[in-house]
Amino acid sequence: MMNTTEDFEDLIAHITGALPDAVKSTSVSLGELTLHAERDQIDDVLKFLRDDSQCLFETLIDICGVDYPERTNRFEVVYHFLSMRMNQRVRVKIETDEETPVPTSVELFPCADWFEREAFDMYGIRFAGHPDLRRLLTDYGFEGHPLRKDFPLTGHVEVRYDDLEKRVVYEPVELVQEYRNFDFLSPWEGMTSVIPGDEKAEEAPSDG
Amino acid sequence: MADGAHDENERKFTLNFGPQHPAAHGVLRMIMDLDGEIVERIDSHIGLLHRGTEKLLEYKTYLQGLPYFDRLDYVSPMNQEHAWCLAIERLVGLEIPPRARVIRVLYSEIGRILNHLLNVGTQILDVGALTPITWTFEEREKLMVFYERACGSRMHSAYFRPGGVHQDLPQDLIDDIWTWCEEFPGKLRTVEKLITENRIFKQRNVDIGVVDQRTIMDWGFSGVMVRGSGLAWDLRRSQPYEIYSDLDFKIPVGQHGDNYDRYVCRMDEMYESCSIMKQCIEMLEPGEVLAANSKVAPPRRAEMKRSMEALIHHFKLYTEGFHVPEGEVYAAVEAPKGEFGVYLVSDGGNRPYRVKLRAPGFPHLSAMDHLCKGHMLADASAILGSLDIVFGEIDR
Repeated sequence: MMNTTEDFEDLIAHITGALPDAVKSTSVSLGELTLHAERDQIDDVLKFLRDDSQCLFETLIDICGVDYPERTNRFEVVYHFLSMRMNQRVRVKIETDEETPVPTSVELFPCADWFEREAFDMYGIRFAGHPDLRRLLTDYGFEGHPLRKDFPLTGHVEVRYDDLEKRVVYEPVELVQEYRNFDFLSPWEGMTSVIPGDEKAEEAPSDG
Repeated sequence: MADGAHDENERKFTLNFGPQHPAAHGVLRMIMDLDGEIVERIDSHIGLLHRGTEKLLEYKTYLQGLPYFDRLDYVSPMNQEHAWCLAIERLVGLEIPPRARVIRVLYSEIGRILNHLLNVGTQILDVGALTPITWTFEEREKLMVFYERACGSRMHSAYFRPGGVHQDLPQDLIDDIWTWCEEFPGKLRTVEKLITENRIFKQRNVDIGVVDQRTIMDWGFSGVMVRGSGLAWDLRRSQPYEIYSDLDFKIPVGQHGDNYDRYVCRMDEMYESCSIMKQCIEMLEPGEVLAANSKVAPPRRAEMKRSMEALIHHFKLYTEGFHVPEGEVYAAVEAPKGEFGVYLVSDGGNRPYRVKLRAPGFPHLSAMDHLCKGHMLADASAILGSLDIVFGEIDR
């Protein structure tokens, strides 16, 4: 039941044929088609995907950011589309960094408004031309972008109701003990560092 | 006005609605620009229930992350667990036993009825009828007891697990679910008798909040919001998962896409869900409910008493957790509110690298301004009720 690369062959050829510059590469995994697009030409890609008679990806399912701090362009912006007419899905990815804005898609898909605001709120990804790029989910006056990998899980401020001042006060987070981030990766599988004494072993057992 | 005097001809004003308002279905704050009683613009402020679920999931093993899904749309918890399990299973490449598939569908449909009962009840309450919510909540209570008997908890079930479901259902529970399925359509008809042709209910809902096909596409609608407008789009039919392709069920669609049609769709879906539940019970064959792959699914407790290896597997699974191969997947289910999706990025470790939860209510609520423009203030709460909003999933 899962789609294979062959099922997507026509569609891929059709899209890359029409947009040779805008689509950098395509891949199919687990029955899902992914297009890697040029950031500056994302408008053309989305417009083509929406309007072309073989694509008709008219429903924007989701826009989200993914953070890879080690890359030069640390953010990926991932668009998910659904075509109810063709019963097909596609994922479009572009890359950006903290400074470079991504062209907004609010003109093409009005529901991109909130999705882009969320991505801005969570990652600080900027969308050029967005009519109202405010924070969406975090508190009024919140600072920082919580879903970035370098943002601590505990955050920076905590709130409580102060009975003397009769209002909610914001204070820096005070943890009774350090946040315990257990590393459960076992020495048998998945571990990359060398255990002291391991170098003496002639050969490591191959099966875990 | 500069001089502070009141101008009697001035009809425009701004109203703050919420965040604590009984018709807001949770913590929604809306800044409404009104011209007299006509809504001109709505600016929704959400995030008052934001708990950072996506961030938390990045710091938990896959199994530890599962209960967070009950806390998203807390009206139909298992449907969301389902999407999470499907995403993991697709990445790991795990086959689940047939009995577990049937149980999952059975409980997903219970979740759908739970959700629709709440929505229909509160929608009717929002437009002024006090009685039906007591009837629908009585039925919800019975369904939550079924939840409790399967997994020990009324709402936060953590019942679906990667590889199947946590525990098998006892036979007397299955018998009781069957009895309930026999009685439920009668109970639903009582609500229908009072409401469906009710004059006041129709005056408040017919031609209110009309959703046309352009709106559906532009605003990313799914679920009943699509079906109410005449498009027979249902993931259970068009992109079937589990055993939905073997089941016989109808997809109710509306005609006008207004509040009233959506109410009728939800009512009809409950009858269909009830019939799906019956079919599931008939399909239930004895067998395992959790995959035998002990690298992902924990061993049974009885086995652990005798087998050292099973004990080690159990220990490893509940401390380190299992590893999911590197890759990304988008798994969606037809949740009662629409398409609930999980976009999961794995780096090959025992914790997700990134999880994006696609809540159906999120785009629906974002269209609130578009849908309410030009309607009366009182219609705004009727439309909000019809959108089927739960802030657990919107704010995440």
